Amino acid sequence: MSQISVSAGGALGNARVADASAPARIAVRALNFYYGDFHSLKHISMDFFDRQVTALIGPSGCGKSTLLRTFNRIYSLYPEQRAEGEILLDGQNILSSSVDVNELRARVGMVFQKPTPFPMSIYDNIAFGIRLYEKLPKSELDGRIEEALRKAALWDEVKDKLRQSGMGLSGGQQQRLCIARTIAQKPEVILLDEPTSALDPISTGKIEELIEQLRSEFTIVIVTHNMQQAARISQFTAFMYLGELVEFGPTNKMFMNPSKKQTQDYITGRFG
Amino acid sequence: MDATPHQVSAAAAPAWGRVRRSRQTADRALKVISTVFTLLGIAVLGWILVMLIVEGTRGLSLAVFTETTPGPGTEGGGIANAIVGSLVLTFLGIVVATPIGVLAGTYLAEYGRGSKLASMIRFVNDILLAAPSILIGLFVYTLMVQPMGGYSGWAGGVALAIIAIPVIVRTTEDMLRIVPGSLREAGAALGAPMSKVIIQISWRAARSGMVTGILLATARIAGETAPLLFTALNNNFWFSPDLMGGVSNLPVTIYQFALAPYENWRELAWAGALIITVSILALSVVARLLFRKEQAR
Amino acid sequence: MAEHIVSSYDNDLQGLRRRITEMGGIAEKMLVDSIAALVRHDKGLAQSVITSDSRLDVLQREVEESAILTIARRQPLAVDLRETISAIRVSGDVERIGDLAKNIAKRALAIGEEFQPQKIVLGLQHMSDLVLGQLKDVLDAYAQQDTVRAVDVWRRDGAIDALYTSLFRELLTYMMEDPRNISFCTHLLFCAKNIERIGDHTTNIAETVHYLVLGENLAIDRPKNDRSIDAAVNVGA
Repeated sequence: MSQISVSAGGALGNARVADASAPARIAVRALNFYYGDFHSLKHISMDFFDRQVTALIGPSGCGKSTLLRTFNRIYSLYPEQRAEGEILLDGQNILSSSVDVNELRARVGMVFQKPTPFPMSIYDNIAFGIRLYEKLPKSELDGRIEEALRKAALWDEVKDKLRQSGMGLSGGQQQRLCIARTIAQKPEVILLDEPTSALDPISTGKIEELIEQLRSEFTIVIVTHNMQQAARISQFTAFMYLGELVEFGPTNKMFMNPSKKQTQDYITGRFG
Repeated sequence: MDATPHQVSAAAAPAWGRVRRSRQTADRALKVISTVFTLLGIAVLGWILVMLIVEGTRGLSLAVFTETTPGPGTEGGGIANAIVGSLVLTFLGIVVATPIGVLAGTYLAEYGRGSKLASMIRFVNDILLAAPSILIGLFVYTLMVQPMGGYSGWAGGVALAIIAIPVIVRTTEDMLRIVPGSLREAGAALGAPMSKVIIQISWRAARSGMVTGILLATARIAGETAPLLFTALNNNFWFSPDLMGGVSNLPVTIYQFALAPYENWRELAWAGALIITVSILALSVVARLLFRKEQAR
Repeated sequence: MAEHIVSSYDNDLQGLRRRITEMGGIAEKMLVDSIAALVRHDKGLAQSVITSDSRLDVLQREVEESAILTIARRQPLAVDLRETISAIRVSGDVERIGDLAKNIAKRALAIGEEFQPQKIVLGLQHMSDLVLGQLKDVLDAYAQQDTVRAVDVWRRDGAIDALYTSLFRELLTYMMEDPRNISFCTHLLFCAKNIERIGDHTTNIAETVHYLVLGENLAIDRPKNDRSIDAAVNVGA
């Protein structure tokens, strides 16, 4: 049983391996974030690679959700929150005031922790986002909605009740509806903020499978409290603590052999 | 595994009997007292209702709904003109109050969140909510009746609207506040401008609550007397189509007839009171059913 | 290393370490005793080596079960995962070392009082001393998570291979000299091979220690000096 020279995790399937040669889709440069006087993100700089899943992990309040919420400037709904620095989406600084925030949000979709179906039919839930930016004839709209539902692995479950309220679906179905709603807009980046923390293991598995599928088309950033989930579905992992980026690297390395002691302590459950 | 049931009960025994007797007594006493006072309250209400039904049904007849109010000393008569007048005034009031109330409530819940102006408006609105309705009648009298040179249905409608507005503002704001912020964020995250988020998402989510608020405001103004005394007044005839001059209405008719020396007037007053109460009750029930149906979904 | 938030997690990992330490002690003693039994023709000692192997098997099974349970219940990550996996690997190696020592003891019983050339016996003794040194060092390296010491063991194993090759040639010579030698020479050849295999297991453990501590496998091929394959070819030709 002589050892072959492989680095940690390198023997895993090809699809699971982080591809750092992929171009950076989002480049964060010297980002600082404030909630009023509270300095919640401290000088973050990192890259998010094209068609890769990047997981943000860290204890509650470490700033991972805050970071996620800067990518579509959703924080700007709240006047006391502000960001400084640069976030380059395909080279353009999205924090600049010349970028239209609604257009940005159509390019950078977001799915939240709790499923948020709108109080309307399943069909209209998905049509809502499409209608905002495109005027499509009915037949084409129908096609887009079916495509989105199929991609979200929900079509077979809802195709006979598209006119029923989206609120009547189960939690896991609602979350997939929200993902369908997001991908129907054909965004480039999808942000997921703890998308499975309110779901049972079966629904969680379906969402994770879905994320795996979506990776071929979208750049995905996911915030999760579930370390095993980050290890399962991401190619890159960033560990944040107290508003700082402690370590960022390929997921296989982060979970088998992290470089920083803080990261190791956190992922092995040694945090005091 | 090896613990037998006997051992379990033996170990648990000392845990019992630690709640003091006095505490149990106090617990029971509060239960009894609150039950008694609840029954007392319901009894008074029941008494009122029973008296209303007994007296009201005695005066009830087809003529009540077809004939106009009788003059002093004349026999028979009905309150048809007052019923229709009340419907018109209430409708007028709610049509004026709904857009103002809904939009103001929307401002408070959506745009003015946390702003100084919003909290000031909220404060003023709460005062208005508790303002004596006779005051509002006087206000509209000075503002409309005097300059227009006479009583009118328009003035009555406005007075009722002023009473309805704070109710609608309050319920609209409250209902919009229950709409989870995550729903707004989800709308905004799709790139929807705020107006679309409010109209297509927030309003839709709060729809049943808002409609309930409007129905409750309707019920509230349907029985108002004081503001109409100075504005729409009352008379014994069909009101003119331009609503100028007095407009007969139920609350003021009841107020005038109940104190009159004529037997047929007093009977009509009871019948009118019954009609108003039943309508308000019906409105409240509809509002509740609507709200519950939506909440259950 | 800081303690886990869940203290029973630490207990689990400590239990693994403790059992492996015990296994190491048993395996060391078995190796020493089996060679002593061979050299001194001590049947009682050989017998005791054979019986102590069962304790080793029990411990190995315990380590494996408890490691699998830890994985199932706690989903260890990073250093904890490496520690758990390492425990499975090391316990397997130590258990195999015990089997090999037991095999030497059995052969000691089989050879009995037969004549043994002093040179060969001394060679075996020397080889087993070297291997025993490696075994002790690598078990210490495991206990102290000392990669320097582990890599040292890993390098040293070349010397044992060289010694084995020379013993192999010597035994072949004896066998060719007199066919009556073949029986005990074959037994001694297997004993030598067993000792050499034990050396290989110590290098496996050394590699595991390196992986456990640094999270990376030793990348280059280990220096090998086992030329017995060539020797066999030479004789056959």
